[in-house]
Amino acid sequence: MSKVQNNKAWWLVLPVFLLVAFSAIIPMMTVVNYSVQDIFDQSSRYFVGTDWFRQVLRDPRLHDSLLRQFIYSACVLLIEIPLGIAIALTMPTKGRWSSLCLIVMTIPLLIPFNVVGTIWQIFGRGDIGLLGWFLNNVLGISYNYAANASDAWVTVLIIDVWHWTSLVALLCYSGLRAIPDVYYQAARIDRASNWAVFRHIQLPKMKSVLLIAVMLRFMDSFMIYTEPFVLTGGGPGNSTTFLSQTLTTMALGQFDLGPAAAFSLVYFLIILLVSWVFYTAMTHGEKN
Amino acid sequence: MSLTLEHVSRAVDGQIWIDDASLSFEPGSFNVLLGRTLSGKTSLMRLMAGLDKPDSGRVLMNGKDVTQVAVRHRNVSMVYQQFINYPSMTVFDNIASPLRQAKMSKDEIESRVRETAKMLRIEKFLTRYPLELSGGQQQRTAMARALVKDAELILFDEPLVNLDYKLREELRQEMRQLFETRNTIAVYATTEPNEALALGGTTTILHEGRLIQSGKTPEVYHQPKTVLAAELFSEPPINLMPGRIDGNEVSFANFVHFPLNVDLRTIGDGEYRFGVRPSHLSLVPSNDDDLELAVTVELAEISGSETFLHVRNEHFSLVLHLPGVHEYDVDTPIRVYIPTHKLFVFDQQGGLIQAPGLRMARVA
Amino acid sequence: MAEIRLQQLAHSYSATPSGPEDYAIREMTHIWEQGGAYALLGPSGCGKSTLLNIISGLLSPSEGKVMFDSTVVNDMSPEQRNIAQVFQFPVVYDTMTVYDNLAFPLRNQGMAEAKIQTKVQEIADVLDLQPLLKKKAKGLTADEKQKVSMGRGLVRDDVSAILFDEPLTVIDPHLKWKLRRKLKQIHEQFNITMVYVTHDQLEASTFADKIAVMYGGQIVQFGTPRELFEKPHHTFVGYFIGSPGMNLIEVKPEAGGVGFGGIHLPLSDALQQRLAATQWKTLKVGIRPEFVHVWDGPFEDAMCAEVTYVEDLGTYKILTLNLAGQSLKVRLPEDKPVPQGQAWISFPAQWLMLYADEFLLEADANQASASEVPHE
Repeated sequence: MSKVQNNKAWWLVLPVFLLVAFSAIIPMMTVVNYSVQDIFDQSSRYFVGTDWFRQVLRDPRLHDSLLRQFIYSACVLLIEIPLGIAIALTMPTKGRWSSLCLIVMTIPLLIPFNVVGTIWQIFGRGDIGLLGWFLNNVLGISYNYAANASDAWVTVLIIDVWHWTSLVALLCYSGLRAIPDVYYQAARIDRASNWAVFRHIQLPKMKSVLLIAVMLRFMDSFMIYTEPFVLTGGGPGNSTTFLSQTLTTMALGQFDLGPAAAFSLVYFLIILLVSWVFYTAMTHGEKN
Repeated sequence: MSLTLEHVSRAVDGQIWIDDASLSFEPGSFNVLLGRTLSGKTSLMRLMAGLDKPDSGRVLMNGKDVTQVAVRHRNVSMVYQQFINYPSMTVFDNIASPLRQAKMSKDEIESRVRETAKMLRIEKFLTRYPLELSGGQQQRTAMARALVKDAELILFDEPLVNLDYKLREELRQEMRQLFETRNTIAVYATTEPNEALALGGTTTILHEGRLIQSGKTPEVYHQPKTVLAAELFSEPPINLMPGRIDGNEVSFANFVHFPLNVDLRTIGDGEYRFGVRPSHLSLVPSNDDDLELAVTVELAEISGSETFLHVRNEHFSLVLHLPGVHEYDVDTPIRVYIPTHKLFVFDQQGGLIQAPGLRMARVA
Repeated sequence: MAEIRLQQLAHSYSATPSGPEDYAIREMTHIWEQGGAYALLGPSGCGKSTLLNIISGLLSPSEGKVMFDSTVVNDMSPEQRNIAQVFQFPVVYDTMTVYDNLAFPLRNQGMAEAKIQTKVQEIADVLDLQPLLKKKAKGLTADEKQKVSMGRGLVRDDVSAILFDEPLTVIDPHLKWKLRRKLKQIHEQFNITMVYVTHDQLEASTFADKIAVMYGGQIVQFGTPRELFEKPHHTFVGYFIGSPGMNLIEVKPEAGGVGFGGIHLPLSDALQQRLAATQWKTLKVGIRPEFVHVWDGPFEDAMCAEVTYVEDLGTYKILTLNLAGQSLKVRLPEDKPVPQGQAWISFPAQWLMLYADEFLLEADANQASASEVPHE
């Protein structure tokens, strides 16, 4: 704004700028390029304008995937956010137990995505997986994620909850730590119930942290690829084929680069739009 | 080194933070910026230091235009309200840090640091960490770091506000002594008029981003140019009464009339605002031309060395600043005396028409 | 409504305290009478906030008993003790309006809405919060927020005491006046026991009927502002109260009184006898800057001192003098002429205090140290 300018700093930014351009901006421009051309092979390309966009937006397969994806993300948010908050509220704040707790919470976050998928794939198998075996033989519930669509859905959901709730919990935990003690003391003196303390002190003060948690979880879950792919390959049928997998099949499997490029741009815009909606909704209170 | 600000203004997001400020400080002077919170003291100091650039106007150091010069190229130090020290360095390293930046020799650093620490009475704590020290000691460390650099301009932004009042008194005295022999310009921001009076030097009164008055502290205090200056530079607040002069008579709010005092005879007829300092009101008449008022006591605030008596009648309320202890119950009717030769007269726009002369009261 | 009694109370933050240094509060027995306005005055780190938290129940003392009206309340939480506390930083519930903030403690008690409305209106009236009732607590200024915090304490009618922990710290000086007056008015109107912790002696003396001065975990004197000012029982009280604090000079006993650097200060016979009968390691005299008498010229046996500095504080002036090598401060009213170069001063006998080992020594042995502090 009106800070005294020192332009030498721009030189330090240049390498980063070049890197980002190289790895993100130029490839993205390529996608835009593909989305408005019909590519048969390297030498024969035709400009088709918005044809691919029109085709893609009417494709029922993509509509299905998109709907599935929205439902999935909604479920993820509805489970992980409250669960994360609840865990954060019960985590110990002082002493040895608190460090131990923090470490245990971090472990699921460190496991690579495909390993997570593989763990659960084996864990859920009816023959050699502990969970699968337990459910089928001890509890008598028939469970087969490979054959039963709803079982597959539930499993994919549980994988995500297991993998990522810790992130929400840790973010909320840090938000709670930042609340000065005086607020709790005043609430005690005002004889507020635990629920009142949660509603009037903790939740409002966690707002900024929750915003980050919601946006991160939404964006990540909306682009989910590895875990369902490793677990079920998208099946049974296409009950767990989410948007990114559909797109990848389209682009790399069928080599329909045009439509795939068009849809990835639409995909990008959807994420941007929904994130913006979340952000505005959660911060509009500040503007008042 | 002299500091001059010429018609400096700054606005942020449409709000004016500094409005056409011009001032000039002499080398070796101690200058106080007095004003309420959000009156622009910090903004003005940041402009002086070069942390912010003004939207218009110039900043000159020693006659050279430094408006575009970054703060690190100006020879400036600043001490903040929150005792800011590098927590991971010892007190010695904290104080030495600006000297190390300037690449001085180890021996010189050592001697300068010890000398400054001794001046601020923290030489015993050189090996400790700031967080182990008390508030007063931490603030002294921050001040030592600012002083050791021997900057041409040192800025203090309400540095004593987070300390006990007794510690504040002591540090104020030390600060005055510290600056007596130096050639730096010191600028000290505060909200308390009493602090400005205790520190002396010059005082600049700020209000809503504008400079209200600037000059030697006793002058600004005894001769406020406007009602606003009188109000801002007074604690407890100056008593103001609307009144009029009609021929040979003065009347307050149409109910109190008294003959025109010798000193006031030169003012023409009209509506004015009369001011009298709380310390000039008393419970006993000290002069023949004292004005007597019947009032009731609202509150007596006793602090031992003095009493602040809040009184009122049906037209206005007054505050008296009396020496010693005076105990009164609420709603007691008493009489107070206003020495008419100590009245300030302001016109309707708030400009000063007459301030009381500094002659002594005749003892009755 | 309650009388608060501290019985042999002491507190240490360490589990195994070995000596007095480990104690934040050293053993004390003290009574705060019902309906009084009290201040706990002391420098940072003297233990006043700790004591306040012990009284309110936020902290449990390691030794001794806290009693409200002869019931031991050590194990009772703040809610059970019916204490309201106002903290240094205004605590308001941001998401609620001012009205809801004030109604909050009453709603938690299960009071009927109609009654809540009357109570909230009453308190909003007293605190001048009427125009803000519908506003969200988030957008208020610091002093408005602090008033809301105070309001939450006052709105409950079962409150036995209100404790204030340096509540005016964040308030602008020109608004502090108004809030101080408010507090005093509130005290007169509601007649609840109020304890106010501060490090500012002006705040303490304008608010309280009686002030407890704390130093190093002990209450060194408990008295009215006048008593603390005119007759400090401890040199710390002399130093801390008054601006500037009391002048303290180390002296040695001489025939007829005490002396230092060639200056002789006569003492009354009774006081000399008392001095002779006492064991002491350090002896000081104290006189307040306001009580040092400055003569216009040489007078009888007035002492001659050199004027080293004059401070003009508008309403009064402070002179720093050098008397036989000792630095002394004198407070002169605005109108009095300022001596140039040399000043002739004397110490009126009624204001000259004698301190043996930091405690006041008085001619009448029965009068001295009426407070509960044991001699060291």
